[in-house]
Amino acid sequence: MAGVKAGAEIAAVPRHRALWLRSQAAVRDLWIGGVLLVLIVAFSIDSPYFLTRANWLNTSSTATEVLLLAVGETFVICSAGIDLSVGAVLGVSGTAGAWVMAHGFPNAAGAAIGPIAVGFLAALAVGTAFGLLNGFLVAWAGIPPFVVTLGTLGIATGFGYLLNNGQEISAIPPSVVTFGNANLGGWVPVPVLITAVITIWCGLLLAKTRFGAYTLSIGDSREAVVRAGINDRRYLLEIYTLSGLLAGVASILVMARLGAGSPTSGADDNLNAIAAVVIGGASLFGGRGTVIGSVIGTGIIAVLLTGLVLVNVPPFWQEVAVGAVLIAAVYIDQFRNRKATRR
Amino acid sequence: MTEVNEAPEGASRGGDVAGAGAEPLLKLRGIDKHFGPVQALYGVNLDLPAGQVTGLCGDNGAGKSVLTRCIAGAHQPDHGQIYFEGKPVHVRSTRDASALGIETVYQDLALADNLDIVQNMFLGREQLRYGLLDEDSMELKAAETLSTLRVTTVRSIRQPVASLSGGQRQSVAVAKAVMWNSKLVLLDEPTAALGVVQTRSVLDLINRLRDHGLAVMVISHNLNDVFEVADRIAVLYLGRMVAEGPAADFDRQSVVEYMTTGTANGRPYESAAAANGKG
Ligand SMILES: Nc1ncnc2c1ncn2[C@@H]1O[C@H](COP(=O)(O)OP(=O)(O)O)[C@@H](O)[C@H]1O
Ligand SMILES: [Mg+2]
Repeated sequence: MAGVKAGAEIAAVPRHRALWLRSQAAVRDLWIGGVLLVLIVAFSIDSPYFLTRANWLNTSSTATEVLLLAVGETFVICSAGIDLSVGAVLGVSGTAGAWVMAHGFPNAAGAAIGPIAVGFLAALAVGTAFGLLNGFLVAWAGIPPFVVTLGTLGIATGFGYLLNNGQEISAIPPSVVTFGNANLGGWVPVPVLITAVITIWCGLLLAKTRFGAYTLSIGDSREAVVRAGINDRRYLLEIYTLSGLLAGVASILVMARLGAGSPTSGADDNLNAIAAVVIGGASLFGGRGTVIGSVIGTGIIAVLLTGLVLVNVPPFWQEVAVGAVLIAAVYIDQFRNRKATRR
Repeated sequence: MTEVNEAPEGASRGGDVAGAGAEPLLKLRGIDKHFGPVQALYGVNLDLPAGQVTGLCGDNGAGKSVLTRCIAGAHQPDHGQIYFEGKPVHVRSTRDASALGIETVYQDLALADNLDIVQNMFLGREQLRYGLLDEDSMELKAAETLSTLRVTTVRSIRQPVASLSGGQRQSVAVAKAVMWNSKLVLLDEPTAALGVVQTRSVLDLINRLRDHGLAVMVISHNLNDVFEVADRIAVLYLGRMVAEGPAADFDRQSVVEYMTTGTANGRPYESAAAANGKG
């Protein structure tokens, strides 16, 4: 009758084994990390320019925009959703930020911190607002994420064009450009640094916090989440809002690098970001994915994009390559899924 | 926290059934529930005493699942009162039920397949340390609970539940339910999808919950299972509780008759104790 004393049989789970299994995702990350390495080696054998400072700066600045979108997209995809609007939201956020700086403060001096701050805040606010809209429509209106974000993709693109008749806005304080192209020791661009900090923070958020656990659980079994008494809608709203906010951050870095807010600046990044996440091992069915995986996936995309140019492949082939890699990654994911559910 | 409650003194199988005198852990009185024009429950009374397994029987559509959800906080009864430990309570949500110590294992389990056993057991109740998930202590508690329930066939508590057998999944769902100082566990068709060996292990698990002093309500279509584990039997017929009493009052034949006609030998249920005249 006495309660069975716990402890006797815990040995069934040896610690080292448990730790190892906990990091199954890490094994996957290692694997695609190897692919990235092979690509780097192959390109640097093919082109003497690949491993140069100029190419690193070029590749890393491409990678930062894609990575910020990919990090937000990681959360969305882990929750079994998709955000097709991030590229367009990047475009409209940057344009809106530039518009505020150009029109709100027409006489702004080069280093006026006030107008710059207001412009940056405007970009963040627009990104966040689109994220909130996506999240609200997905969580409360119950519209499939694909449809919601395809719609907001159109809306964001249209508003981006409306702001300045489809033209980019370059009348922004010059110190913004100084900031966007600043560089520590010649090798560490400030945007890369900012992106790295945000990425690490989001990596912890997904892997180590309740928010991350619920993101994965919602994608895995929304029913289980609801029955556990978790407010699934609130978390979905937050997930899409995070994605929009990160698109806003990316828009600031792009605007600061190029010295202009352009409605089309994120147009290609949508495909790249989603491809990066899927290559990084996140499942489009939800429930599985890591930020580190998306970082490596972004690395693969960025290396492909800049490397193909260096080895004299015409630039239009870039998108072809990314598209093909995306399809291959999804195919592998489905294959993996089928294997996993086979008992 | 992890330890399953110890049995209170004197609660034992086939003992003083229905705990004459002792207040049952959960009492339902006059529970009505309708969905639009469909009346699912009519004035249902039910006692679920601690340290006893109550088998809830009834044909398809009799209202077993609705009754379970009313206790679990997933539905609100239209009328009637729920008493928990003698006190009237309102169970408005799953959280309310958990706070009282009522846990439910639904027929479809609703486990998250890609998550591992620990993550599933702690879903919604993650333990934090400095704001981050405390994987070590969650892992330890999950292992403790599983070993307390002698669920020892799983290879690792860090394997995704997709890789478990049906019986193991059921065990994980039950372990998840009893880990939180639960006092009452509701099991909706826990053996429906299982083979002989796995059914055996789930029935053993139910016996262990009783031994730990929990009140258990098991819904099952399989009368073999019911007679094997139940101390008490309750039968729903078209939303009405037509029979409720110690398992000794019933045999297979009479349960089937109550399930299909609401009576046995043409007579409504009367407990053996009442029939002998109250002592
Ligand atoms: N959410 C609901 N909405 C409408 N009717 C319901 C709902 N849930 C159950 N019912 C009805 O209530 C009755 C009892 O159902 P249920 O409790 O699921 O039966 P069972 O005893 O087989 O578990 C059935 O007639 C069913 O159609
Ligand atoms: Mg049912």
